[in-house]
Amino acid sequence: MAHADRRGCLQVGLHLAAAGSLTLAAPTVLRAQTTPMLTLAEMTAPLVGGAPLRREGVRLELPALADNGNVVPLRVAVRSPMTDADHVTRIWLLSPRNPVTRMAVFHLGPWSGRAEIATRVRLAGTQEVVALARLSSGEFLYAQAEVVVTESACLDAG
Amino acid sequence: MALARLLLPERVAAGEVIAVRLLIQHGMETGYRQDIGGRVIPRNVIRLVRCTLAGREVFVCEPSSGIAANPYFEFPVRVLQGGEWLVQWEDDAGVKGEWRQAMTLA
Repeated sequence: MAHADRRGCLQVGLHLAAAGSLTLAAPTVLRAQTTPMLTLAEMTAPLVGGAPLRREGVRLELPALADNGNVVPLRVAVRSPMTDADHVTRIWLLSPRNPVTRMAVFHLGPWSGRAEIATRVRLAGTQEVVALARLSSGEFLYAQAEVVVTESACLDAG
Repeated sequence: MALARLLLPERVAAGEVIAVRLLIQHGMETGYRQDIGGRVIPRNVIRLVRCTLAGREVFVCEPSSGIAANPYFEFPVRVLQGGEWLVQWEDDAGVKGEWRQAMTLA
């Protein structure tokens, strides 16, 4: 029986691994502390303080379904003239579920010409990713996008 | 050793806003994995990426373990003059990398 053979094979493998003689054992993933999903306020409050925060002017493009949480392409565009008087100064990528909430910070300015960045992030499971932008006026804008992650970047947290 | 790639448009005119694509070769070790002996592999991610064009800072990013291995960034720049692109980065281990590339205007 195929199943019995496979099981037997696995058991042998486990015994070898336990004996420490199997040098080719795949590296295991450390169980990161399962952090509860953070709320939008919990993620943004330390950055925003008491400044105005509005859900507008930011476009966050993410795949609706990401098969591999290790590499999720993402694009953020903020509606801004990017002039000396009115521009985006920072864009944060925030994750409510990753062990590290602030995935990246981008510094922009009038020299950017456009407020648009793209990168590839790691996601520890299905969540609503947040892109937060700080304007030169001190105001904050954000967008939220849900992404379903079938294979988490942190295997235990998926 | 080529550790980065900087992709620029073929023709760039002064005053134009271009999209620059940057790829850096780096494992971005999260600090949550173990090796085969069960020891935690220490975190080693790029913590700062800085790009200048002709000596003028045009892009800064502070990544974390939340950025995928071999980090890729695409960012816009309003080109005022041609010159040398200088990309510098530093990881948790203190290893610094840099990439220089010349850009002439059409």
